[in-house]
Amino acid sequence: MSRTGTAETNYLNAQHGLKSWLLTLDHKRIGLLYLMGVSFFFLLGGIFALLIRLELLTPQGDLVQPDTYNRLFSMHGIMMVFFFLIPAIPGVLGNFLIPIMIGTRDVAFPRLNLASWYIFMAGGSITLLGVLAGGVDTGWTFYPPYSSLYSATNVLTVGIGVFVNGFSSILTGLNFMVTIHRMRAPGMTWFRLPLFVWGHYATSFINVLGTPVIAITLLLLVLERAFHLGIFDATKGGDPVLFQHLFWFYSHPAVYIMILPSMAVISELIAAFTRKRVFGYHFVAFSSIGIAVLGFLVWGHHMFVSGQSVYAGTAFSLLTMLVAIPSAIKVFNWSFTLYQGSVSFDTPMLYALGFIGLFMIGGLTGVFLGTLGFDIHVHDTYFVVAHFHYVMVGGTIMGYLGGLHYWWPKITGRIYPEFWGRMSAMLVFVGFNLTFFPQFLLGYMGMPRRYHAYPEEWQVLNVLSTAGASVLGLGFLLPLGYLLWSLKYGKLAGKNPWGAKGLEWTTDSPPPTENFRDAPVVSEEAYDYAGAGHGDGGAPAPARAH
Amino acid sequence: MPFKIPFMPEQASSMAGEVDALTLYLVAMASFFTVLVAAMVIYFAIRYRRRSPDEVGGSFDNSALLEITWTVIPVLIVLFTFVWGARVAFRLYRPPADAVQYYVTGKQWMWKTQHPTGQREINELHVPLGQPVKLLMTSEDVIHSFFVPAFRVKADVLPGRYTSLWFTPTKTGRFHLFCAEYCGAEHSRMIGWVTVMEPEEYQAWLASVPTQGSPTAAGERLFAQLACHTCHQDAAGAKGPALGGLYGRPVALADGRTVLADESYLRESILNPAAKVVAGYEAVMPSFQGQVSEEGILELINYVKSLPAGGSASVAAASEGAL
Ligand code: HEC
Ligand SMILES: [Cu+2]
Ligand SMILES: [Cu+2]
Repeated sequence: MSRTGTAETNYLNAQHGLKSWLLTLDHKRIGLLYLMGVSFFFLLGGIFALLIRLELLTPQGDLVQPDTYNRLFSMHGIMMVFFFLIPAIPGVLGNFLIPIMIGTRDVAFPRLNLASWYIFMAGGSITLLGVLAGGVDTGWTFYPPYSSLYSATNVLTVGIGVFVNGFSSILTGLNFMVTIHRMRAPGMTWFRLPLFVWGHYATSFINVLGTPVIAITLLLLVLERAFHLGIFDATKGGDPVLFQHLFWFYSHPAVYIMILPSMAVISELIAAFTRKRVFGYHFVAFSSIGIAVLGFLVWGHHMFVSGQSVYAGTAFSLLTMLVAIPSAIKVFNWSFTLYQGSVSFDTPMLYALGFIGLFMIGGLTGVFLGTLGFDIHVHDTYFVVAHFHYVMVGGTIMGYLGGLHYWWPKITGRIYPEFWGRMSAMLVFVGFNLTFFPQFLLGYMGMPRRYHAYPEEWQVLNVLSTAGASVLGLGFLLPLGYLLWSLKYGKLAGKNPWGAKGLEWTTDSPPPTENFRDAPVVSEEAYDYAGAGHGDGGAPAPARAH
Repeated sequence: MPFKIPFMPEQASSMAGEVDALTLYLVAMASFFTVLVAAMVIYFAIRYRRRSPDEVGGSFDNSALLEITWTVIPVLIVLFTFVWGARVAFRLYRPPADAVQYYVTGKQWMWKTQHPTGQREINELHVPLGQPVKLLMTSEDVIHSFFVPAFRVKADVLPGRYTSLWFTPTKTGRFHLFCAEYCGAEHSRMIGWVTVMEPEEYQAWLASVPTQGSPTAAGERLFAQLACHTCHQDAAGAKGPALGGLYGRPVALADGRTVLADESYLRESILNPAAKVVAGYEAVMPSFQGQVSEEGILELINYVKSLPAGGSASVAAASEGAL
């Protein structure tokens, strides 16, 4: 039973040297490669954000030139969306955990998995080249004809970078789908899967079906810019709004590519820190699928004021409303899981509770924006900026950080300092609200997004927002410090420091390269804390075959 | 209204109150759910906090009744929200019949406006109090968006086509005009003012601004300059159809479709005549792409719109002649 002996080899010390990392086929090591990649892009995107907020401290637009400012917010969006929010949770936590959670030794296509990481890094590097050469100023949305005919910046390079990166998402999605279908351990039926796996399964579908559309769209844009084909050029009979349709056909579902994995993490955290099965397991699982399907039918809500017909607008408004339902179902089920739970307030749980709060506000303001008569006024204002930061930062990053803390002992074998963890969770929550809540008000008062200078009457709220961003920045930097610190000085974790259920907690921390020393066989539901009785609170051994 | 809600921009149009009412409902609805969930989470978290290290949670983990409750209630609420929002939107999209049409052309980075009586302004628009105003808008380059927060209206301004918005000002004063769609370096400086004046004051203001005549008159001059009349005349055997009474009428096309002759159609007929060829005519009309400015096109359209429907008989005759 007690195999936690330090002499054991694990996936970290099984092989040494740079080459053993760069050529690794181990899903866990690939997860760590992603961790380094996405952390780098997150820092970069964060620096851009900081400069944006500094500029907006005063109404005049006096810190940087308008041209520079436009590049800052464009690069911030592109780095954060394509190179952090989309790959972060699937790339790091999904890669590390999915095979372990379903009780197998690796993903279905380990080589493809490594290739995905290289493609991601290649896309990121090409984009970075574009940044070093001066960046782009089109916004992350690349709307033509500005991007195709007017912008004098590196649209081609960055467009190609994002295009290349798309293949990484597609391949990872494919890999996860096949892995989840084909590689589950004996006894791991579909409805015994942890909700983390269900969430990633739904995400993978969106990745495989949606990402090719953005790839084609960006390719068309690149061709349009390079060869003036005229697809999006009104003077040649093309239609610039067509680009918006194609772009959002992917990029709205992409919002769910970012949030579903985070929701998947939240389900795990809530279960572990209430020591209770997630309430309404089936409803939570199927709501992920519901979100994935409905998410493909709402793209037109980005064009409510783009000259789209009022009838199309009405249809998209209705469909947008419906996508709120599976999200609401999730929130209610998570909240109700606490009922009769055994609730503890460790850092990951603080992040999870923070997630519920921020996602509530993000989701509900999504209903605001789906309301046609309301959207016309706030479209393209800071109200929208606040809304999607609540969903994408409040949602995705809270889930990502919560998950990172929760599985950190498994990934590294060490425990992070709990006090500092709680501090960071609080700082992030407070800083986040201070940064983005004022932006709802600014938006309703009419402050358009992507403004480098603004009327003086809006300065107070902007100062609050910038102050909040500093707190938020600190909240993000703290974990960087203490997580690294814990690698060397953290307490040893043991197999199951949280007393949590799930196959990942039955193996060593860090796990051996083959994940399990004895292939697991599953005989109980997920999160069976109260159930069949063998709740020994400590390290539940994987149930053996009968 | 003496009572001002903080963080609401001034209400200066007939629709502003309706949009704000919708907003207040949305805020109330969202607050209710946020408080409900927050209260539930906080209460449960404290009530069921862990008391001993190896305590586990209870086994009550599903309830069809609860699931149905928290599915059906949100469905009803969002449907109600949808209907309310759509009703407001339909009013925001549909100008009243007595709206007077003004013209807006966006370009990097300014707003050019024109009054029905011909006066032109830059980054400014003066309008009379109480008069429904419809803006017909297009862009000379990239996409812009015309946004007046005090009126709660916004519409993108697109190259190559017309979009419109309308408002009835209910308060005199100067109100912010913003470009809301990112359009390049000086996007945040593509701003201006809408000034609402008492009708008499507005008339006096109009009289003080020099003008080269109404857009219709300017359009008539252009029509002659560009030799449109050589083909478009109310005579049998003319190469092109008579244009009198065309505006607002359905047009039968050579490919069997029927389209409504609105501003966008007229515009396309001038810039890209081959796209929709009128039934019974050869596609001989040259494209005027690049020969007329956006303002010129608007003037031509104004002129065409002003032509009386008198020549309908000769239109029929002309189409027979061409067959
Ligand atoms: C060489 C002859 C010619 C000239 C010059 C010409 N047109 Fe035309 N126009 C036509 C013909 C033929 C048609 C019908 C076929 C088609 O739709 O292309 C037409 C169609 C139109 C229509 C659509 C009429 C309908 O009944 O739907 C409009 C509007 C129009 N022209 C406006 C103009 C204007 C404005 C000019 C000057 C800037 C102009 N045309 C110059 C030949 C001409
Ligand atoms: Cu969307
Ligand atoms: Cu603009």
